[in-house]
Amino acid sequence: MKEMTIAQLLEKYPFVTEFFQQNRLNITGFEQLTFADYLQQLDEDELEEKAIELQKLPEELALYIEQMTAFLGLNEDSGVHSLTILPGKDKNAVPEKFTKLTIFPSQVVAIVGPTGSGKSRLLADIEWAAQNDTPTGRSILINDALPDAKWRYSPNNKLVAQLSQNMNFVIDLSVKEFLQLHAQSRMAENIKEISGKILAAANRLAGEPFSADTPVTSLSGGQSRALMIADTAILSASPIVLIDEIENAGIDRRKALEVLLSQDKIVLMATHDPLLALMADRRIVIRNGGIHAVLETTQEEKALLQKMNSLDTIMQSARRELREGKTLHTKDFLSDFRL
Amino acid sequence: MNLVIFSGPPSSGKTSVILKVIESFKKRAVAVGVVKFDCLYTDDDKLYEKAGIPVKKGLSGALCPDHFFASNIEDVVKWGNKAGLDLLITESAGLCNRCSPYLTGVKGVCIIDNLSGINTPKKIGPMLKSADMVAITKGDIVSQAEREVFASRVSAVNPKAMVMHVNGLSGQGAYELSTMLYDEKQSLSSVQGMKLRFPMPSAMCSYCLGETRIGESYQMGNTKKMVWEEKEK
Ligand SMILES: Nc1nc2c(ncn2[C@@H]2O[C@H](COP(=O)(O)OP(=O)(O)OP(=O)(O)O)[C@@H](O)[C@H]2O)c(=O)[nH]1
Ligand SMILES: [Mg+2]
Ligand SMILES: [Zn+2]
Repeated sequence: MKEMTIAQLLEKYPFVTEFFQQNRLNITGFEQLTFADYLQQLDEDELEEKAIELQKLPEELALYIEQMTAFLGLNEDSGVHSLTILPGKDKNAVPEKFTKLTIFPSQVVAIVGPTGSGKSRLLADIEWAAQNDTPTGRSILINDALPDAKWRYSPNNKLVAQLSQNMNFVIDLSVKEFLQLHAQSRMAENIKEISGKILAAANRLAGEPFSADTPVTSLSGGQSRALMIADTAILSASPIVLIDEIENAGIDRRKALEVLLSQDKIVLMATHDPLLALMADRRIVIRNGGIHAVLETTQEEKALLQKMNSLDTIMQSARRELREGKTLHTKDFLSDFRL
Repeated sequence: MNLVIFSGPPSSGKTSVILKVIESFKKRAVAVGVVKFDCLYTDDDKLYEKAGIPVKKGLSGALCPDHFFASNIEDVVKWGNKAGLDLLITESAGLCNRCSPYLTGVKGVCIIDNLSGINTPKKIGPMLKSADMVAITKGDIVSQAEREVFASRVSAVNPKAMVMHVNGLSGQGAYELSTMLYDEKQSLSSVQGMKLRFPMPSAMCSYCLGETRIGESYQMGNTKKMVWEEKEK
């Protein structure tokens, strides 16, 4: 690598552009030099001006190339085929009441329990790939084995992506530019195609459609959530997605889950809403900082869920009609009242 | 005693993260104290006090807080040892993007927040570039995409650093960060003779020394002029 010119580096590792840009190194016109020679010819005053330290940069560039190469290689092989949680203890050091919980891609597990009961801790255990070295004493296995250290230490390989109620877009870009930016950071090759795919998926989830030119900050609540979910499903590097409630407005929640599952994500969903909790086939009950139980959703619950869904439909249409200034009539709802 | 140097832009979540980190040390019976460096004003000492943490503060006033840090850190370390601390944490407001307080051989942590915008990693210089660990906060209020873009830019600026997401409110990730900070075997009695990781500019001009009058003839020392392109032909 040391002998390569900047032009050769750019050719072989296109992502090094990002390294030069983020480190404020203007290489334009110097492509025929090696990186070391490029640094050599920089003016000393300019280096001090820009707070650039020469000695470490070649080493950092080598490390960056190594990390990015490993990261890009990761996409093809060494995926996550299962996540296993082994029990630890709750806040009072009482052992957790389950033996082993394994979740596979395209499965949803709900997390229920009072606020502050230990959801963050469970999530942090997964994110950190705990090895009996966190306060809960839980252990995490990936593909039935000890997790690779990269899940802990490497910035681009994070196990968990998060979607929560409070999330907003803060960046001032159009939907299209935003998706391109994310795709670039993921070193995706077919950026246009991916952005198009995400936009289409988001529009299937959102009640009101939006275009590629809409600024992300002016999307409605439902549209924002739809875009975040579609983007996380399709572009996020993380194999596990944690959802912290999806509000029941402006978005089709069942389809939202389907989008994530169709991309082979492992989905954990913290919720207080029975309609969401029962959509999952299993649920983790958290109490006093520990996993109190892992329950399967029963047939009876699935049947109840259907009835609750029709109740929900009634509520939603009543809400809509009232908002539109209409008067409600029993006959319009009669067909729904077969509870 | 162990020493860890925290730095980061204003309001990035330094105090919140340090408080959560200390919470997890308390359970392990590690005695932690904090010294806060700021420029004009800080209330952070009250927050630490309220949490029962021994704390001192230093205000640099007219000086760059990082320069002030360098001239006071030896005394700070003396204080920590005298107070019987196992771990001394310094919190510096990274006001000057040109300087950074990190010392070679002492762990340096940069706290930076997702809300500050995706160009921040590029802007803040040595404070980020020469840190050992970077904790990114406020991930709970931005989209996953922005978290990922932000983290990837952080690692382009500082590929050597370990990058973590820590939430200053819920404390998620703070325990994990704490495990990287304390080493029972390490014992630091003095920082005498240690080196700053990144040289600070001397930056002395006549205005540093109290000059108030505007005009070429009053300017001495290290002055610098903006470049103006000639418009007329
Ligand atoms: N949503 C959210 N808010 C946070 C998080 N971390 C910190 N905050 C909030 O951000 C604000 C600033 O946090 P501080 O911890 O005081 O920041 P600081 O870096 O110590 O600030 P200075 O010392 O004044 O430079 C506070 O209102 C915190 O509650 C986080 O992870 N998420
Ligand atoms: Mg503070
Ligand atoms: Zn300075």
